[in-house]
Amino acid sequence: MSHLTQAEISEQVKIIFDDIFNRTEPLKKKEQLKIPPQMMPAQDENIRRHNLDEVAVGYSVEQARVEAMRCIQCAKPSCIADCPVEINIPGFILSIAENDFQNAIDIIKETSLLPSICGRVCPQETQCQISCATGLFNKDVDKAVAIGRLERFVADWEREQGTIVPPEVKPETGKKVAIVGSGPAGLVVAADVRREGHEVTVFEAFHKLGGVMRYGIPEFRLPNSIIDQEVSTLEKMGVKFQKNYVVGRTRKLLDLMKKDNFDSIFIGTGAGLPMFMGIEGENLVGVFSANEYLTRANLMKAYDEEHSDTPFYHSKNVAVLGGGNVAMDSARMAVRLGAENVYVVYRRTEKEMPARVEEVAHAKEEGIQFLFLQNAKSIKGNEKGRVTGMECLRYELGEPDDSGRRRPVVIEGSEFMLELDTVIVAIGNGSNPLVSQTTPELVVNKWGNLIVDEKMKTSVDGVYAGGDIVLGAATVILAMGEGRKAAAAINEFLINSN
Amino acid sequence: MAKILHKEKLSADVYLMRVHAPLIVEERKAGQFIILQTDEEYGERIPLTIADASEEDDSITLIFQVVGKTTTELSRFNVGDDLPVLVGPLGLPTHIKNFGKVVCVGGGIGVAPLHPIAHALKAAGNEVTTIIGARNKELIILEKEMETIADKLIICTDDGSYGRKALVTEPLEELCKDEATKPDMVIAIGPPIMMKFCSLTTKPYNVFTQVSLNTIMVDGTGMCGGCRVNVGDEVKFVCVEGPEFDGHLVDFDNMMARLSSYKGIEEEAAHKCYVDKEFEAKVEETK
Ligand SMILES: Cc1cc2nc3c(=O)[nH]c(=O)nc-3n(C[C@H](O)[C@H](O)[C@H](O)COP(=O)(O)OP(=O)(O)OC[C@H]3O[C@@H](n4cnc5c(N)ncnc54)[C@H](O)[C@@H]3O)c2cc1C
Ligand code: SF4
Ligand code: FES
Repeated sequence: MSHLTQAEISEQVKIIFDDIFNRTEPLKKKEQLKIPPQMMPAQDENIRRHNLDEVAVGYSVEQARVEAMRCIQCAKPSCIADCPVEINIPGFILSIAENDFQNAIDIIKETSLLPSICGRVCPQETQCQISCATGLFNKDVDKAVAIGRLERFVADWEREQGTIVPPEVKPETGKKVAIVGSGPAGLVVAADVRREGHEVTVFEAFHKLGGVMRYGIPEFRLPNSIIDQEVSTLEKMGVKFQKNYVVGRTRKLLDLMKKDNFDSIFIGTGAGLPMFMGIEGENLVGVFSANEYLTRANLMKAYDEEHSDTPFYHSKNVAVLGGGNVAMDSARMAVRLGAENVYVVYRRTEKEMPARVEEVAHAKEEGIQFLFLQNAKSIKGNEKGRVTGMECLRYELGEPDDSGRRRPVVIEGSEFMLELDTVIVAIGNGSNPLVSQTTPELVVNKWGNLIVDEKMKTSVDGVYAGGDIVLGAATVILAMGEGRKAAAAINEFLINSN
Repeated sequence: MAKILHKEKLSADVYLMRVHAPLIVEERKAGQFIILQTDEEYGERIPLTIADASEEDDSITLIFQVVGKTTTELSRFNVGDDLPVLVGPLGLPTHIKNFGKVVCVGGGIGVAPLHPIAHALKAAGNEVTTIIGARNKELIILEKEMETIADKLIICTDDGSYGRKALVTEPLEELCKDEATKPDMVIAIGPPIMMKFCSLTTKPYNVFTQVSLNTIMVDGTGMCGGCRVNVGDEVKFVCVEGPEFDGHLVDFDNMMARLSSYKGIEEEAAHKCYVDKEFEAKVEETK
């Protein structure tokens, strides 16, 4: 493996750090652009294959300050424009370079509420880092300023100080807001609405809070302790949480207003209904949606076989269908649960994979085999109805279509068999059906996503929505962005209502 | 947290519990179920049908057979203990209307979820015949309760220790055969194999037959797909589109295979399958 050990990384950075920060004259821009990008130190792949601890361990102070010096403080920073919530990126990076971490985190928090989470899971290479000047100069997006890693660094720094002060809450207004779902969208709305002094209750179907961040994204990428911290801050602000409560079933949505006197509702129920390929054999024993596989592993703690009651499928040969983060998480979880061969089967090429670059790199290091330009045709089983293999097809890139992208076309007669006992389908999710199924007043599009106006209001007055239930399966940062917009609209609505 | 108000042993391995759950009592309708865990951190999530509800003490009634880890643990809970996770009511309620003549078939523990449905069907004006089946006399539950609802009650045991020595499919077939008693709707709840054969029995007579599926579940909100079954040409999620489906369209063999996904891991499940096999063998015999 080409990457360095943690010890080697810290040795290298020491030299650069002393060179940069012990000079009397400030660095010239040209010199800044030549500072080598700082690698993310990671757990050794041979060790991490057998544990669930976080893979990326985070920058040291020296690394963070050196990396921060790579930012040339553009006059018209493209990173801010490319960030869905427009964080003042050069601003917080400058504070890191100047060793003022408190100021750095304060700047981020002006616009973003969950920096330790976004720093870890945002697809920075397609957002803020995509046209970063430093990356452009070095002709490589991987050499852009590592904005996400710096964001994570200051957020973790603040958490470790133990000095997080919950945001101030204005005097009670007597207005009540119900939030359905405790994913990033719901949590952000809870914070922003509670700040204005409204009473906030978050209803969650599961027995744990955090939505996909808890049951989908694995511990090795986003530790639960970080979500616990966010929830505990909200609790300190006086936000109430009602778990094991399925809105639409335990209470009809609009009854929250009629029977329980909530003045406004935010729906953040996320994506649901995992999609399947619609091929033969998909209901065989051993075929799972990524959601089920990951929920059993993460939320129900199936990885902890000694304690957990939730049964787990013991797999040797696993194929994961799909190329996004969900596919990477499933494949890497399968490795950690003891699978010997894990394949990721993807119809296009590596370039088109929507997964974060860092996750793909980590997956490769962990021994996951990528089968590009291939796809499942059917799944085969034995007389007991259990998976024994998967028939696959090979593809080649055809003529460019109207968008200029070369579409994969099947190579006739290219069928081949993969011997497997487990297939994990990670090709996307539809929308959570429950609330709209039980609330005919809500208008949805043909995919079941709630239709909202520019202020995130649904077709029902006082009812707002955001995140994956509106966008379709999207990202944490977009859920957060929509949550902030919805919260602003709810606060405005409550001022205007008496 | 849901406090256990009452616990009773109905037969060797069948328990009845009444659990304090005011919100569920308020909303629940016949045919719906709950999901529970006996431990918040490490417990598995299992669905159980709501057998009854009382507004007097805001309780729901759960009836369960000890078949696996979680039901064993649940049977160790006592009056005054709190269930750490209880969520519901889930699933769609049974479609209740006046069909005319209906037959309600309950096998073993399946009589528990059948009870509120039979009750509602009767209240809607149907003529209700109930068939209860079990391996032996010991395992017959809710006989009295069913007797007060049903216009006619037929009891079958596999070993003849009580009622007729027959499988439930026998009287069911007799009722279908005779134009005078031919049902307009049959609802069958019990072990999958029983529901399968009830559906096969009514199919030639073209009698609409509903079955209530108790698949493996995780979330119960349509998120995981663990509960999916083949119904006709479609894949359905039992937790949001069920639990009741047209028995003539359900792919029971696939459903049973999926139910035993974790066999060997959950040893006890093997026991249940043995009972199923027995049933299958007997059906073959009587054909
Ligand atoms: C495995 C996986 C990996 C991912 N990786 C990334 C990544 O690296 N980067 C990234 O940006 N995004 C990633 N995503 C996507 C991201 O997690 C989602 O876009 C985001 O969580 C959506 O937030 P949300 O608040 O809209 O909904 P969710 O996080 O889905 O939360 C919805 C919550 O509502 C609850 N709920 C649903 N229905 C009801 C009801 N009726 N009553 C009460 N509660 C209800 C659910 O139980 C859930 O807790 C990933 C997703 C998955 C599945
Ligand atoms: S685009 Fe890059 S170099 Fe320019 S301000 Fe943003 S992070 Fe710094
Ligand atoms: S139990 Fe998860 S979708 Fe039905």
